[in-house]
Amino acid sequence: MAAIELRSVGKRYRGPDGLVVALEDVSLTVSAGQLLAVKGPSGCGKTTLLLTAGGLLRPDGGQVLLNGTDLYAVSAEERAAVRATTVGFVFQQFHLIPYLSVLDNVQTATLGAPAGCNCGKAMAMLNRFGLADRAQHVPAELSTGERQRVALVRAMLNDPTLVLADEPTGNLDEDNARIVLCHLAEYAEAGGAVLLVTHDSEAAQRAHRIIPLSKGRIVSASAERDARQLEPKDPT
Amino acid sequence: MRIRRLIFREIAYRKLNFGLAVLGVLMAVGCLVAATTLLRSHDLGTDRIMSIRQAATAEAMRALEDDYRKITKKLGFNLLILPRGQNLADLYAEDYASSMMPDSYVDKLANASIMSINHLLPTLQQKIVWPEHKRTVLLTGTRGEVPILHRDAKVPILQAVAPHQAVLGYELHTSLGLTVGDVITLMGERFTVSKCLQQRGSKDDITIWIDLAQAQKLLDKPGLINGILALSCHCFGARMPRIRQEVESILPDTQVIEFLSQAVTRAEARTRAAETAKQTEEAVRVTRADLRRQREAFAGVLIPAVTVGSMVWVGLLALANVRSRRSEIGILRAVGVGSRRLFSLFLTKSVLIGLAGGCLGYPIGFLVGAMLGGGPLDTRALFDPAVFLAVLVGAPLLAALASWLPAAIAAQQDPAVILRED
Repeated sequence: MAAIELRSVGKRYRGPDGLVVALEDVSLTVSAGQLLAVKGPSGCGKTTLLLTAGGLLRPDGGQVLLNGTDLYAVSAEERAAVRATTVGFVFQQFHLIPYLSVLDNVQTATLGAPAGCNCGKAMAMLNRFGLADRAQHVPAELSTGERQRVALVRAMLNDPTLVLADEPTGNLDEDNARIVLCHLAEYAEAGGAVLLVTHDSEAAQRAHRIIPLSKGRIVSASAERDARQLEPKDPT
Repeated sequence: MRIRRLIFREIAYRKLNFGLAVLGVLMAVGCLVAATTLLRSHDLGTDRIMSIRQAATAEAMRALEDDYRKITKKLGFNLLILPRGQNLADLYAEDYASSMMPDSYVDKLANASIMSINHLLPTLQQKIVWPEHKRTVLLTGTRGEVPILHRDAKVPILQAVAPHQAVLGYELHTSLGLTVGDVITLMGERFTVSKCLQQRGSKDDITIWIDLAQAQKLLDKPGLINGILALSCHCFGARMPRIRQEVESILPDTQVIEFLSQAVTRAEARTRAAETAKQTEEAVRVTRADLRRQREAFAGVLIPAVTVGSMVWVGLLALANVRSRRSEIGILRAVGVGSRRLFSLFLTKSVLIGLAGGCLGYPIGFLVGAMLGGGPLDTRALFDPAVFLAVLVGAPLLAALASWLPAAIAAQQDPAVILRED
């Protein structure tokens, strides 16, 4: 079953020189257990695609179906509730809250979830991501790689159906980039769906499928590659 | 992780923003509480000053009244009860009343519950020619004061003259060379001079006082008198109408006249003194009321100005807080925190600011108000639970109101814009 399906999604922004096409007739599907990479240069609409898929940016046209539910057919509050339980975000800039400890930052994922916080699970995941000894540290005390791992734990804490990763390796060195990609691949292997947008060809190589995006359009159907099994590696 | 923890962590992280906002609320609350405490202290001070003044006035009035009573008594009787038919023109021309009334009237008056007069003295007076000396005298018969039954016994103003004794006025005893112990003959009766009076400068100087019964016999007026002298009670304000009403209700065929004596002047002086005391009290009251009005007017301008200023201040700080938390807002929206929840998050923080400002501002304002009030620091008397409750409820409400717009801006921010920009 498709975790997320985009049907002819279009999005335009009003710029100083008129309308700018960010997405044009984009259709794609990410199934459970699949890591899909959308690859393209800066400004091709990758982030717009990710935010639209995550229910944060209403498209001008088309549909976004998350677990079969049309995300933009429900109210903003309902969409937020859906996001809280079924979507996890990872950004290039990490977006960690500077005054919260690592453990608290991870647990912000539960603020919108009805089940509330699960401290034990958060600690277990931090341990798995090699961050247990950093649980009481604030983001400013972490390396960039550690920060991105914290963001990963936050995104995966609620076992969301879909993890959306926007250039997750953009600020990382090679080793840390590899660790992050391995964790994303592991999540997909465990049955989650991961939509990764990147301009980095090497990062895209870790995906089951790569969709090239240019000027808001999927370049061609033939550009899709067959799924390729990734070899999960020990991130630590 | 709960929203509450997020709020407290953020407050601890951005202490300056929180502290400045609390300071703003503190200033407004402090001004309000200081002003209300000052006014309350002013009112208490006014009450205290007025009660001290009233006590001093009452004491002075008591002394004046006592003085008045003594003076009045020294000056003698000031009322004369006469038969109703007595022509007053004749009385003033002849110095005595020609109409008579039974001497039992005085007993009737003394036995009644009369309150407005004291010292009843029945008299029989008549101007005669002293046959033995061929000179005009005023013969006055008196039996002494008749005690009023229901009242405490009083020291009489005038002592009774014993039978066969006589009291002589100044002009008589000096011109005739008489002294105490001399024997005089009056209308064939012999009297021993028991007292020679000092000069009074009145008709008393040509008066001979003898026992009433003997006077009645000499003048052939058995059982009759032509006047009852009395002293008005000093405790009544509108004296004469009351006295007349009381006397005439007991003795309907009588009339009462008052001697325009110094006692009346003294009574007027007493009234004037009381009025002066009241005017002084009133002047103090007016001055205090003016001062209160001034303070109220000042507070009436200061409190709204500081409150509005504080609200603008808190609002601007909240706006700055929202701007500095853009990234945080974006990620919170991304993890599923709805706009309503985000709105309540910012509003809860402002409620805490209001609460902290109120809790700190109240005691500070209270102390400042009490010190400016100048009175003793009587916390129980100055504490106003209504103001305390108003601060406790009002400060968070106003802080929330001031932060409403920034909180709404935070809640309405588009997470996509934030996350894309970052």
